[in-house]
Amino acid sequence: MSEKQLLLEAHDVAKHFGGVKALHDVSLTIRRGEIYGLIGPNGAGKTTFFNCLTGLYKNESGHFIFDGVRLEADAPHKAAEVGIARTFQNIRLFGNMTAIENVMVGRHLRTHAGVVGAITRNAATRREEAAISRRADELLHYVGIHERAHDYAKHLSYGDQRRLEIARALATEPKLLALDEPAAGMNGTETEALRLLVEGICRDGVTVLLIEHDVKLVMGLCGRVAVLDYGEKICEDVPAVVQKDPRVIEAYLGGSVA
Amino acid sequence: MNGRVRKSVPWQRHWLGFLLLAAVLLAVPFVAALAGQAWVRIANFAILYVFLALGLNIVVGYAGLLDLGYVAFYAVGAYTYALLASPHFGIHLPFWVILPIGAGFACMFGVLLGAPTLKLRGDYLAIVTLGFGEIVRIFMNNLNAPINVTNGAQGITLIDPIRMGDFSFAQTSTVLGVTLSGPQKYYFLLVALALLVILVNIRLQDSRIGRAWQAIREDEVAAKACGINTRNIKLLAFAMGASFGGVAGGVFSAMQGFVSPESFSLMESITILAMVVLGGMGHIPGVILGAVLLTGLPEALRYGIEPLQRALFGRMIIDPESLRMLVFGLALVLVMRFRPAGLWPSSQRRRELSESTD
Repeated sequence: MSEKQLLLEAHDVAKHFGGVKALHDVSLTIRRGEIYGLIGPNGAGKTTFFNCLTGLYKNESGHFIFDGVRLEADAPHKAAEVGIARTFQNIRLFGNMTAIENVMVGRHLRTHAGVVGAITRNAATRREEAAISRRADELLHYVGIHERAHDYAKHLSYGDQRRLEIARALATEPKLLALDEPAAGMNGTETEALRLLVEGICRDGVTVLLIEHDVKLVMGLCGRVAVLDYGEKICEDVPAVVQKDPRVIEAYLGGSVA
Repeated sequence: MNGRVRKSVPWQRHWLGFLLLAAVLLAVPFVAALAGQAWVRIANFAILYVFLALGLNIVVGYAGLLDLGYVAFYAVGAYTYALLASPHFGIHLPFWVILPIGAGFACMFGVLLGAPTLKLRGDYLAIVTLGFGEIVRIFMNNLNAPINVTNGAQGITLIDPIRMGDFSFAQTSTVLGVTLSGPQKYYFLLVALALLVILVNIRLQDSRIGRAWQAIREDEVAAKACGINTRNIKLLAFAMGASFGGVAGGVFSAMQGFVSPESFSLMESITILAMVVLGGMGHIPGVILGAVLLTGLPEALRYGIEPLQRALFGRMIIDPESLRMLVFGLALVLVMRFRPAGLWPSSQRRRELSESTD
């Protein structure tokens, strides 16, 4: 595969907490424009992988190459800067800010106004502020919660909070959007709507990395899937193959299947 | 839906209110002067504390960084002015040169305090900042040997008043047919400075930087994930808050003509923080109210208790000084018990506290 097609390469990423090996030399590659699924039983290391990728944790060994450049992910804001945006398993919104303000915070990275601009409110700053709120408004429309724009984030419904988190992540103009269990706690209708949203995001040119427990959603949505178990990648392939892999079935059901 | 946010008040709709406010602000020094120049000085201190409290509000109210050593920056500003405009070193620079230097020094100290405390939050941060405030005060107290820099506990005296050409803030003079005493002149200078810090507070609140501060206050991890360089943005809050403290210190120095380490005790830091919290953290009118009340109330009690006791009992029963602090403390406890979000909180803050479970 040509270098140009690869967006993210993880090389032998390892992370342990004390004696617990949360990630054991995990390598995987994500191609530009695909929806890549990362599944595995609880405690398999999926979120740890996310945290290493986005700079919240420092991996002991191994490294990431993102968009052809080695990630020096020693600070989360740098990961966001190169184009990796994420959501959190346990939604982390700015609860006491409105929905639109949450998305506006996401624009921080791509805007420049400093203290002097804020105090003098010069023409450039006013223009930038207008652009920020316009973009935030567009993104709220995009994820379909614009009618809640001026409600506090913590007053949104669970499904809307997930959407708002995605809008905030998109505001940073990511190349890779990493979603940590976006369908957790959603009902069938909400999950279906989420599937359409993620597909749309991918169509619009953002590569998606998806951690998910809802196997049906992953199988329907992802082009390729990797399975983690006890911190090791046990399988990586298209969903149809992964589903039949005996190691995967064993990891999920426990014990061997005859 | 009551969760909607009301946007800032337009001037047009409340012009009458603003006009009234302006009239009151204009009248205060003249009305207070009727009761004696001491009351004008009290009004001056109230406004100086408004200035300080709004400076601290940037750090505590906006960025959510609990700072118990704010008085250190006030001290740095005050001593900078004192050293550069007094016979102590024989240097007499004009105030408009010193104030920016003082603000710059204080800003530097803000970064100095901020840098090692970036990973700390809440109570841990409070303890480090408390230590920092004490260190600065102790330095001021002991920096008289081997080289006499601060003149130790005696402090620095004969500090130059603020002077613009022949117009000195220390003497009574007539401006546009109105006779103004020294304290009255300082009053107008302080009001102008306070308006400036109010403007800065308002503008910052609704800006890219203000949103970043609020995001850090809400959830630091999520703020980082959004690409906010939390280190720089927090340092910025410390630096801005500190420079306002520095300016306030400079004016304090000039107004008093005397500084000593005694003025910069921990109690002072706590009082300024109490103004912010009691008034309504992060809410500008609330902080102003807090500062005015906490400066005015103890003074009113000081002057009011003795005549009151004489009128009621015919003699003094309790020493006014001890009763003053008692009433003051009780007032603080009652406010925090019945209005935990402060006397005049923003609608947002009220919500946060009333729904702390979610």
